Amino acid sequence: MTSRNLLRTAAGLAAVALAATACGGSSALDSGDGASDKPSFAAGSTMARIQQAGVLKVGTKFDQPLYGEKGLSGDVEGFDVEIARLIADELGVKPTFTEAVSKNREPFIQNGNVDIVAATYTINDKRKLVVDFAGPYYVTGQSLMVRKDDDTIKGKDDLAGKKVCSVEGSTPAERIKTEAPKAVITLFDTYGKCATAMENKQVDAVTTDEAILLGLVSKKPDAFKVVGDTFSEEPYGIGLKKGDQAFRDFLNDTLEKIYEDGRWEKALKATVGKVQDDLPKPPAVDRYTAS
Amino acid sequence: MQLSTITDNLDLYLEGFVGTLQLTALGALGSLVLGTVLATMRVSPVPTLRAGATVYVETLRNCPLPVLAVLLAFGLPKLGEPIRSFSFFTWAVLALALYHAAFVCEALRSGVNAVAPGQGEAARSIGLTFPQTMTLVVLPQAFRTVVPPLGNILIALTKNSAVAATIDVTDITNQTEFVINDTIDPLAALAGAAFFYLLLTLPTGLLVGRLERRTAFSR
Repeated sequence: MTSRNLLRTAAGLAAVALAATACGGSSALDSGDGASDKPSFAAGSTMARIQQAGVLKVGTKFDQPLYGEKGLSGDVEGFDVEIARLIADELGVKPTFTEAVSKNREPFIQNGNVDIVAATYTINDKRKLVVDFAGPYYVTGQSLMVRKDDDTIKGKDDLAGKKVCSVEGSTPAERIKTEAPKAVITLFDTYGKCATAMENKQVDAVTTDEAILLGLVSKKPDAFKVVGDTFSEEPYGIGLKKGDQAFRDFLNDTLEKIYEDGRWEKALKATVGKVQDDLPKPPAVDRYTAS
Repeated sequence: MQLSTITDNLDLYLEGFVGTLQLTALGALGSLVLGTVLATMRVSPVPTLRAGATVYVETLRNCPLPVLAVLLAFGLPKLGEPIRSFSFFTWAVLALALYHAAFVCEALRSGVNAVAPGQGEAARSIGLTFPQTMTLVVLPQAFRTVVPPLGNILIALTKNSAVAATIDVTDITNQTEFVINDTIDPLAALAGAAFFYLLLTLPTGLLVGRLERRTAFSR
């Protein structure tokens, strides 16, 4: 390690230490517009433990444009990331981000590698059996992306005999089989490969949540377009350890708070708003009874 | 983590097992043929052949397989038809064969170097051409000394075939993704994958061991 790097590391450590002490003390260091006094939590609660640690450990996607994407600068950006930041603000701590992929989201939560997962994480009954969800904080639906010059596909009913690409093991990959039974399905491990294959005309369409497709279009607006109406409802939630009711209530309360004071909308405008003009209203938080 | 995650999805695993078996068989065949040609080029008296094979080996074995697979499967189709319509299974087999050929070549070359120089000299002195010397005298002796490293490469190839799962080929790894999504039980699902890979690689190891004993020199 060079001396310059050493200095930088030391400075970083000092900043973390400062942030950690700040949260225990007065609210004079509060940042952000809507942030109010740091609430104190019952000893032994997850919130108190996170405040003690000084960091909120967040699992998020690193490859999902507009939601969670690690840029060349090394910073993670996107709507999921902003939501996690707002939650960390409410706790008076800093968020740290770990890459979560679809495969490891549940183990990450169960093993405590992360406190929460905000990673385009669709709330569904199967997942509810192993983790709890706060939210939803965003609702999208499955849609289609095609080549910009392709006028033959206008919706899911035009897919007979067409090659449709999605990501293996994903919900959209399963649903397209029933929504477009005559389509030929091609599955890769990333949507980037789907997009490249579509450019090459190795496949004709890419299907997944509209949110993700818009992210891909934002990268190559001259090559791709999203067509047709959405044909499913995908509520994105915040995953947390099963049975932690107090933490879930806190997350749901926080979401409702940022809906009301406009921070949710601001975060959405700054991220998804870059490619989508008519942005949705915040969805109602679903305080379902965990089994 | 439940055993039923594996037992309930045996049909998926078996389908994947067949895919992995096909990838391994075709990849092994391709890499063995190409690797032998490359090894022959690397020991040939023609400088251009030697240089060409060296460049090939150094390029291919120093490029990570997932990178190579993506470069092939999504890069070459840009050249247009008929390459564009190659199936992804074809690309996966090509990637496996091209990549492992570099390793086969190096293993075989070490075997060729282990054959006593007198063998080649004797072959040339009775008028055999270079290709004849290689195929009739040197390579048969070289192969038997490199059975263990070739076995290593074959086992590596079996496991490396998982790269095909990332480009739409149905294999053990690919099917495991479905099981994970269906059961939300990644640990058991991946343990199932490991079991089915073992089902391929353990017999491979045993067969290689037998082949090694049968072809061994009596010293």
